[in-house]
Amino acid sequence: MRVYTIFKKELKSYFASPIAYIVLFVFSVLSGIFFFIYLQGFVESQFDPRFQFFRERLNLNEFVIRPYFGTISVVLLLMIPIITMRLIAEERKNHTAELLFTSPLKVVHVVFGKFLASFCLFCFMLVFPLIYIVFLGIYGNPDIGPVLSGYLGLLLIGASFISVGLFSSSLTDNQIVAAVFSFGILLFFWIIGASSDPESSVLGYISIINHLDGFTKGVIELKDVVYYVSFTTFGLLLTYAALDSERWR
Amino acid sequence: MIRVQNLTKRYGERIAVNGISFEVQHGEILGFLGPNGAGKTTTMRIITGYMPPTEGMVEIDGFDIVEEPIEAKKRIGYLPENPPLYNDMTVESYLDFVADIKGVSRNEKRENIEFTLERCGLAEVRRRLIGNLSKGFKQRVGIAQALVNNPSVLVLDEPTIGLDPKQIIEIRHLIKSLAGERTVILSTHILPEVTMICTRVVIINEGKIVLEESLERLSGKVEGAQSILLRVSRGGEDIRDRILSIRGVVDVDEGSSGEFIVRSGDGIDIREELAKTVVESGCGLLELRPLTHTLEEVFLKVISTEGG
Repeated sequence: MRVYTIFKKELKSYFASPIAYIVLFVFSVLSGIFFFIYLQGFVESQFDPRFQFFRERLNLNEFVIRPYFGTISVVLLLMIPIITMRLIAEERKNHTAELLFTSPLKVVHVVFGKFLASFCLFCFMLVFPLIYIVFLGIYGNPDIGPVLSGYLGLLLIGASFISVGLFSSSLTDNQIVAAVFSFGILLFFWIIGASSDPESSVLGYISIINHLDGFTKGVIELKDVVYYVSFTTFGLLLTYAALDSERWR
Repeated sequence: MIRVQNLTKRYGERIAVNGISFEVQHGEILGFLGPNGAGKTTTMRIITGYMPPTEGMVEIDGFDIVEEPIEAKKRIGYLPENPPLYNDMTVESYLDFVADIKGVSRNEKRENIEFTLERCGLAEVRRRLIGNLSKGFKQRVGIAQALVNNPSVLVLDEPTIGLDPKQIIEIRHLIKSLAGERTVILSTHILPEVTMICTRVVIINEGKIVLEESLERLSGKVEGAQSILLRVSRGGEDIRDRILSIRGVVDVDEGSSGEFIVRSGDGIDIREELAKTVVESGCGLLELRPLTHTLEEVFLKVISTEGG
């Protein structure tokens, strides 16, 4: 109940400010452009004589949807810190943190309410790629399985990004600092596995992006799900600890 | 009822609040005074459960703020130094939100919101965005926010700051009318405000209580005895002796131009007798007034003696 109150207020304030509209607009345009680029590449390769012998291996899932999901995750890495930066930093700046933490609420309620509100906005964002893929389904015949698992992967990776953004926001009263800090953490988790093998090395496993690959291929592996769920949980725990300990200092 | 016992708050080396104890009963309005940085806001934040104390304890209607924060916080209405407002909400939806997070039940909510809107004079701006309101209205929304859960304990940190004189009077009336069924703590810089609203005063300085007194007894507190200022147009040696001969007069100081400061013993009212004596002596009574100590004088005196 309390979680819902925070959630509702947070979601309303997204749409009361320009943030939600700008993020949704920019994301719809960017995801549209990328979709167009991948689709155009695919269509051109259909008529390219170099591909004529393995044309049956040219399918929409491999050449459009899979790289498209990969690109979307990069766009999300840049946009999610923008939607999370104000969550707690602004409460501090407006002194409303004092209202929240002198109310009969638990810190857990606040953390979850805010997380869910951002996650909800993020789900709205993901509607746009879905529209493009539905069109693909109407005019082509992509395999629906990898689309669904890819979406699951995006939801999970988005939740992880949001938990990092929420944590950064809980450390400061400055929104810009919060956004920059979450970029920093996310980029770190991105490049950490760049030079190592995703299957066998520790760094490869820690890297946040390596785990998305399986989902876009249509493979839902337990280790990937566990990775994202535990990453998100850890981010939320850190947020909780940051908020709870702050007033004890 | 608020019970504060041996409250201490340390920030590393610095001690912000140092072993404060006091109680506020039902229906009392306690004025919480002190110079800037004395620890008023810290104390209020601890009382409302925003931050925990390093040592000591706070009880709100019998609930310990650290042990049972949820039960205790349900009973508190708190107006912080900076009113906690969401500028992108309307007054009404803001109060609705606050009522929700304070756990006001569904059937009481509507009624409470209407009541606070009415009491704080916000009915006309209920559908406006808080961000567009004037400072006075914002302050009132802050007070409304503290009242919306119908709390039995009200903690107000400088409630009249930033208001114009008319609004200040309105808010003071409001606070006064709210007491009775509630326990109120109020911090302020404006000393006359305390004289007007409060029933009791606690003055703190450098984290310690330097004075705790009911307001009636405050005036006589510093001097212990009464002093009266007397001014006459034609002085003379004999007038001094005449005054000294009045029963109860302890001491007379003579100024340069017909002023006398007459001190009397404890609890004896010499004014009537004094006036009669002076008039009968025919030296032209110009002025006669008791030198009571204003709260300002008391305040400065306690702060400087204890502090230095």
